[in-house]
Amino acid sequence: MKPALCPSKPGTLGVLAAMALAAALPLAAAEGPVTPGEPRGAAAKGVDRTIVGQENAVLSFAPAVPPPIQRTNATKVVVELEVKEVVAKLADGVDYLFWTFGGEVPGKFIRVREGDLVEFHLKNHPTSKVPHNIDLHAVTGPGGGAASSFTAPGHKSQFSFKAMNPGLYVYHCATAPVGMHVANGMYGLILVEPKEGLPPVDREYYVMQGDFYTQGRFGEEGLQAFDQDKAIDERPTYVVFNGSAGSLTGDRALKAKVGERVRIFFGNGGPNLISSFHVIGEIFDQVYTEGGIKPNQQQVQTTLVPAGGSSIVEFKVEVPGTYILVDHSLFRAFNKGAIGMLKVDGPENLIVYSGKEVDAVYLGDAATAGTGDKVGQLQAQVQEAIKTDPKIAGLTKDIQIEKGKRVYMQTCFACHQATGLGLPGVFPPLAKSDYLMADKDRSIRTVVKGLTGPVTVNGKNYNSVMPPVSLSEDQVANVLTYVRNSFGNSGDAVSVDEVRKVKGDVSH
Amino acid sequence: MNSSLLRLVLVLWIGIHVVPQGSAAGTNTSRTIPGGIHRPVLRGPDDPREIAVPAFGLDALPVTNGDFLEFVRQQPRWRRSQVKRLFADENYLRHWQGDLDIGSTNAQVLGQPVTHVSWFAAKAYAAWRGGRLPTTTEWEYAASAGLRTAMLTNDPAYRRQIVTWYSTPSPASLPPVGLTPANFHGIHDLHGLVWEWTSDFNSALVTGDSRGDTGIDRQLFCGAGAMDGAARDDFPTYLRYGFRSSLKAAYTVHNLGFRVAYNLAPYTP
Repeated sequence: MKPALCPSKPGTLGVLAAMALAAALPLAAAEGPVTPGEPRGAAAKGVDRTIVGQENAVLSFAPAVPPPIQRTNATKVVVELEVKEVVAKLADGVDYLFWTFGGEVPGKFIRVREGDLVEFHLKNHPTSKVPHNIDLHAVTGPGGGAASSFTAPGHKSQFSFKAMNPGLYVYHCATAPVGMHVANGMYGLILVEPKEGLPPVDREYYVMQGDFYTQGRFGEEGLQAFDQDKAIDERPTYVVFNGSAGSLTGDRALKAKVGERVRIFFGNGGPNLISSFHVIGEIFDQVYTEGGIKPNQQQVQTTLVPAGGSSIVEFKVEVPGTYILVDHSLFRAFNKGAIGMLKVDGPENLIVYSGKEVDAVYLGDAATAGTGDKVGQLQAQVQEAIKTDPKIAGLTKDIQIEKGKRVYMQTCFACHQATGLGLPGVFPPLAKSDYLMADKDRSIRTVVKGLTGPVTVNGKNYNSVMPPVSLSEDQVANVLTYVRNSFGNSGDAVSVDEVRKVKGDVSH
Repeated sequence: MNSSLLRLVLVLWIGIHVVPQGSAAGTNTSRTIPGGIHRPVLRGPDDPREIAVPAFGLDALPVTNGDFLEFVRQQPRWRRSQVKRLFADENYLRHWQGDLDIGSTNAQVLGQPVTHVSWFAAKAYAAWRGGRLPTTTEWEYAASAGLRTAMLTNDPAYRRQIVTWYSTPSPASLPPVGLTPANFHGIHDLHGLVWEWTSDFNSALVTGDSRGDTGIDRQLFCGAGAMDGAARDDFPTYLRYGFRSSLKAAYTVHNLGFRVAYNLAPYTP
């Protein structure tokens, strides 16, 4: 590496010599003698005869956009931009030291016209820790201006360029390490309107996406430091619009009225991520893909915006409501902050969008056979089939006996014993009982109502108390079926209907 | 009598070569940085990968307000009202109240690193002290040491601390020198306090018209990205090179100071 011959120390003698030479020799294309204090090379620059007059650029902070340009001639536009390193909110409770163009992220929006001569003044606030410069993608020239705007803290630089190409361009700091400068928020947009201007719309907005890399986790409170490992690995903690999570939500949402045409100048500062820009509930009528000057695509749902690139989208809002701006890489929208709002007021249009019309119960698979009525019918058919078919009827008697046995063993055996023999002189037997088998209805009545007073069973007298047994109709039918078919007894089944009939008689 | 005179001469001779001269701020001592190999993080494709750095002396602390006050007392042409604009811009010593008035006799203020000084002023001070400004290579070499190891790359915790400093805003008032831990060579404040002048601060940036010839220029302005892998985590180095490249010799900046380096006396038995 060849060391510089000497640091930039002109030396008093050298300056005098140069001035003497300059005065002595006529300079080609000079408009006058070189005066100290003039920008370097001013005389050699010459004159651009298409430029009429001079004005100071109107700059705006996001989401506002400077007004459309009305003049029809090219002019010299003076842009003054100050770089400031400020601590500001990245998310609720989370602060970050942003490096900014103009004091906020994204930097101020610059609006000029095709053919303008832009005189750019870049100032680096004295409290800045590091030098900064600017690379505007609208510039044709080395570094996009970066080579000529490298500015130490507490100093300022000036350079000019001709805005020859219309379009929406990103500008950003390009001082080493560039990724870190951009990751700290040093980007913005410059619009070079085509000569004929852009078609008029009702609202224009400025939205710029960026990814941020902090040492702490998402949401971790306090002043967060830049994390270079995460930045190199492209693992952002935050992906946000306009420099902070929540910058376009709640009462900071964008606004429009039903029927208005909205244009969004959308930029992506990166440093790393591409954006899939989408407005939930809207379709872009026109997209100027990648920030070119032609609306080259219509009816687009989601448009790609490169890192260090832009897009212009236009759409007409038809229906009131809140429309959500997102990067459709969804975890960025819902977990990293890439979400904004556009609130539209005005009259409803129920044909375009009706809102919820029906809210009803849905049964899923239970309803596949039809209504509950149908199920009931089928169940009745099954019962009929069971009754009329002796084989099936026989099966059901076996089931009753099994179930009845269980009931007997829980309730009846205490007195009538597991053998059904009862207790001589106290509790009558059920085994081969003439009393039991002679009258079915009477046996049902005995279980349901109970029995007191003298009885004769198998020739023996008993005078005891059998309390009414608290059983369901099914259980009564089952236990009696069991008893009538056990302990040497042989009979038919007792049905629930028969029990019911007896119960009905008994109750009066 | 002869032997005591000899002894006196010997002591004086040693004193001249070891103890810095002319300084009334006796708190700043210098340390010896042992010779070694420096592998620059930023270099052009034709530049050497390794640079041999001979041993040199380096102040353990940056030059303070108190140090510099003593200097301008003895060297009137470096006082604020008298310095030539060619050698220092309008902000030279702007944080002082007057030519010989820092604005406070508070030890904290006297002990702050002196800032708003130009390269010319720093060079003059160093010469007054019997030393010189360190070269960028020497400075980066001294700063490439960790806290307890000779190589910063083996000290990830300290590296992380250094990076975090760049994410914190400049304090309203600079802390005094010596508060950051001494690194492996016993030098404080190479990181986390102020930027520092070097003798060849602008050698990283070619000042000629044909800028496309060196890769460093492109790296500094645009793409200082993939370099040899070793530079992956070395954002602070890029920041320092970037900062140095933005300077001109007459510039003064609110967070730019300096420290003095010394040639080591050749060993004579």
